[in-house]
Amino acid sequence: MAIDKETVKKIAFLSHLKIDDDKIEETEDEFNKILNWVEQLSEVNTDGVEPLVSVNDTNLTLRQDVVTEGNQADAVLKNAPQAQYGYFTVPKVVE
Amino acid sequence: MTKLTELTIAQARDALKKKEFSAVELTKAYIDEMDNKRKFNAYVLETPDVALAQAQKSDEKYAHGTNGVLEGIPLGIKDLYCTKDIRTTACSHILEGFEPQYESTVTSKLLNAGACFLGKLNMDEFAMGGSNETSYYGPVVNPWSKDVPLVAGGSSGGSAAAVAANMCAAATGTDTGGSIRQPSAFCGITGIKPTYGRCSRYGIIAFASSLDQAGPMCKDVRDCAVMLNVMSGYDAKDSTSAKVEVPNFEAFLNQDIKGLKIGIPAEYRPEGLNAEISALWDKGIEMLKARGAEIVNISLPHTKYALPTYYIIAPAEASSNLARYDGVRYGLRINGKSLDDMYINTRTEGFGKEVKRRIMVGTYVLSAGYYDAYYLKAQKVRRLIRQDFINAFEKCDIILTPTSPVTAFPIGDKSMQENPINMWLNDVFTVSVNLAGLPAMSLPMGLSHDGLPLGLQLIGKAFDEGTIFKTASALEQDAAFRKGIK
Amino acid sequence: MTGMIIEGKTASWEVICGVEIHCQIISKSKIFSGASTHYGSDTNENVSFVDAGMPGMLPTLNEHCVYQAVKTGLGLNAKINKYSAFARKNYFYADLPQGYQITQFQYPIVGEGHVTIDLADGSTKDIGIERLHIEQDAAKSIHDMAPDKSFIDLNRAGVGLMEIVTKPDFRAPEEVGAFLRKLRSILRYLGTCDGNMDEGSMRCDVNVSVRKVGEEGYRTRCEMKNVNSVKFVMQAIENEAKRHVEVYESGGKIEQETRKFDASTGLTKPMRKKEYAHDYRYFPEPDLLPLVLDDDYIAKVKTDMVELPDAKRARFVKELGLTAYDAAVICENKETADFFEKAALGHDAKKVANWLMGDFFAMLNEKKLELKDSPITAENLGKLVELVTSNVINGKTAKDVFVIMAETGGDPEKIVEEKGLKQVTDTGAIEAIVDEVIASAPDNVAAYKAGKSNLLGWFVGQVMKKSQGKANPAIVNKMIAEKLK
Ligand SMILES: [Mg+2]
Ligand SMILES: [Zn+2]
Repeated sequence: MAIDKETVKKIAFLSHLKIDDDKIEETEDEFNKILNWVEQLSEVNTDGVEPLVSVNDTNLTLRQDVVTEGNQADAVLKNAPQAQYGYFTVPKVVE
Repeated sequence: MTKLTELTIAQARDALKKKEFSAVELTKAYIDEMDNKRKFNAYVLETPDVALAQAQKSDEKYAHGTNGVLEGIPLGIKDLYCTKDIRTTACSHILEGFEPQYESTVTSKLLNAGACFLGKLNMDEFAMGGSNETSYYGPVVNPWSKDVPLVAGGSSGGSAAAVAANMCAAATGTDTGGSIRQPSAFCGITGIKPTYGRCSRYGIIAFASSLDQAGPMCKDVRDCAVMLNVMSGYDAKDSTSAKVEVPNFEAFLNQDIKGLKIGIPAEYRPEGLNAEISALWDKGIEMLKARGAEIVNISLPHTKYALPTYYIIAPAEASSNLARYDGVRYGLRINGKSLDDMYINTRTEGFGKEVKRRIMVGTYVLSAGYYDAYYLKAQKVRRLIRQDFINAFEKCDIILTPTSPVTAFPIGDKSMQENPINMWLNDVFTVSVNLAGLPAMSLPMGLSHDGLPLGLQLIGKAFDEGTIFKTASALEQDAAFRKGIK
Repeated sequence: MTGMIIEGKTASWEVICGVEIHCQIISKSKIFSGASTHYGSDTNENVSFVDAGMPGMLPTLNEHCVYQAVKTGLGLNAKINKYSAFARKNYFYADLPQGYQITQFQYPIVGEGHVTIDLADGSTKDIGIERLHIEQDAAKSIHDMAPDKSFIDLNRAGVGLMEIVTKPDFRAPEEVGAFLRKLRSILRYLGTCDGNMDEGSMRCDVNVSVRKVGEEGYRTRCEMKNVNSVKFVMQAIENEAKRHVEVYESGGKIEQETRKFDASTGLTKPMRKKEYAHDYRYFPEPDLLPLVLDDDYIAKVKTDMVELPDAKRARFVKELGLTAYDAAVICENKETADFFEKAALGHDAKKVANWLMGDFFAMLNEKKLELKDSPITAENLGKLVELVTSNVINGKTAKDVFVIMAETGGDPEKIVEEKGLKQVTDTGAIEAIVDEVIASAPDNVAAYKAGKSNLLGWFVGQVMKKSQGKANPAIVNKMIAEKLK
């Protein structure tokens, strides 16, 4: 499966990364190299093989419904690049 | 007399107990060493004041006999571990200035055991890399370098170099595809990636959640046992951490290995494998045989597919794990006209080339229309790879392989810069273990013709680190590896 | 068939609709962190480092959210899946701190079920439930605090949600309205969600398409997100369906898209389209293992189930003799049903229902009170009815006593006692008054005997007046009729 410039742009958009126009071709080439290489997996017969999601043999342990955290707005906001009135602030979101 | 910084944890611990020197003296010795060896670029943040304050407390604890297992032992911490109020960046520009308001579980355990933190160690950005060259803070220089600066390996390159150059008594590392074992091999130290779930991932910045594991990187096998004992254990804050008892790993050292079945996988000796590495492997086999271990030829038929499988699964998880770096709540922000612009500017500026490459690959393999062909397929092959090991462990107790197909290479190596796959191929002997969730250790076994360390890898059954320690302590004694650098 | 048919120029069109409801789970802490779910706390105070998507933070699943989802699944007559799993839904959004939502995708915790809705003509219809899955809520931004900035409060980030998805079984806006009311009623009975649409604890996404009557299969649908009242949902469906018909009849094509409902106009308009924005790249959440429930667990939740509105209604009709209508009204809300049952215990249930739906609701309405704040307790309402049925007071006195109860919160027995309001059932005493009235109005007696039988009421009224309303009207009636025969 070779990918084209459109796909590169789409992937960049979904990743929220910008690729300069003069770098698109380079990215496309690199992508195709990588995809060609991983393509070798198609040689493997995986008929009837269940995908492995986790190597853990156990099931999920659940947490009790108890409030254990909170009242730490200062710590939550400590590293904020921009905050005001106790909120994180960002460029205005227009719907 | 040996310099204080050359002592292992076990030696320093005994000397501290006997009050041969104080924790403050020991810490100062390391701080001096860090000063002297900045050229290796092992630390991205030095915290001498923090370490000395901790050491002072440790001396009080020794005075009162309330000392912990690692009381007064100066450690270096990989920059992937969140340390409360101490800058943690994963060596990425995007986490510029980030000071976590929480402590990772593993570093909490180390602190509770009395350790002193000398600083944060260099690494590949977000642990993505095999040479520590993707770090925002520049590459680590392998202390074994002679005329040409060599890489320390990656991603835990700072940890490996710091331990090798006596800039800390031991360090923490993390291993997603070989990031503890490969730099350990490159720098002539001992490092173990425990079974997935053995150590909590809470507070360790995620790269690929289903593969990441914390582990110690040390001067010898015993120190790995001491460190791992402290670092291990179930943590309710990490749903993937295992509710499994943690044995006393030190108790496995020096045990008899007679009759132990050592598996030798045919697939790890591909055509064209470096002759020195191949010979070193044979040497290891002979040593174990001489101690009465039984050598068993095994097959791990899907080994060839481990790398492509890894380079689908790890980027996929990473693309999602790194979505939170958006400039809103912490770290770098590059403004833009709109929110989307701000996100895009921040991420484009904040992430390095390799990280962006993997985010894009990961995004692609998960995207509509490609998921089945790539991600789902890789998950199926992952099961086959794991099954290979399960089958092999019916015939043997432990597996011996080389750690890496190469020795430390020059910083800026052209072929690897030009084609990322060439760099990725260096993980060929280490990634299967992560995909299968197994424990594995790299230990130094000798030097190449040009005087660079070579390592062998021991792979154990899940939660059977004990057998690794047992086997490794035998190999360590027989190899009598001497660091040979000052 | 109760469906809505739109008569177009070329054909008759049928409305097809399905909904997805996001219901905030009632729990103390968030679904994947130990922060509080309390509504109305100070900004960013109910936030754990997990909710803030801080580096290295990991989710841990709240057992109560699982319990609530299973309970709700049982309430929707649905299959509980013993194996379920979490997935990540990836997209960038200011209100999504992790850059993905942890939800369930391929393996939801609850599978197919159904809800029976009641239609205006008295008929019922089963609406199929496709699935219920659990997931985390997003944060909340404020866009009108400054001209150039949006403000983000993470308090809501990570609150547990149940997303309930129906099959495309609705054929009219009223059916969706009935469904939302019934669902809200069930959730409140179960105590799994407070069902408050205006506070956003129940949020509705609507999918609408149309097709010609008799046509097979479905045409392209449009989705309207977060329509926040039953009225608006119904309005949105109707107008969107009409739009589809107009587009088709003028030879146009409907694009599958998400549209925004504008409450001020009642119309829908397309949301700003983002290219590729809908590639969510779902994949299994590697930070959480699969969720496995066993039979014992499900059986245990079953034992905690309460009687749901439909069952309660049927019982009230069958065992307590209520009309279907009264039972439906009383059972819509669990508190009302419980109040009623308490009030009716040991008394005439039908009469209690009449009082409840009449004077009692009117009183609450007038005083603008919630049921839980009613001055008249269930026991006292029951006692009041009993005083009437056992002839201690008559209906008219009861109304007066009710007014006093509403003012003072008093016990009707005591009020009757203290104010001497017991009706006179002593026939001797009544007879004396009757004789007195008859003797005082010979003209009316004559007129009555001459055939003006409606004068009976006048005589009864006079007797009641003279007895200060305390005479038993039935006895009075009977006696006067006897005497004037
Ligand atoms: Mg949905
Ligand atoms: Zn949802």
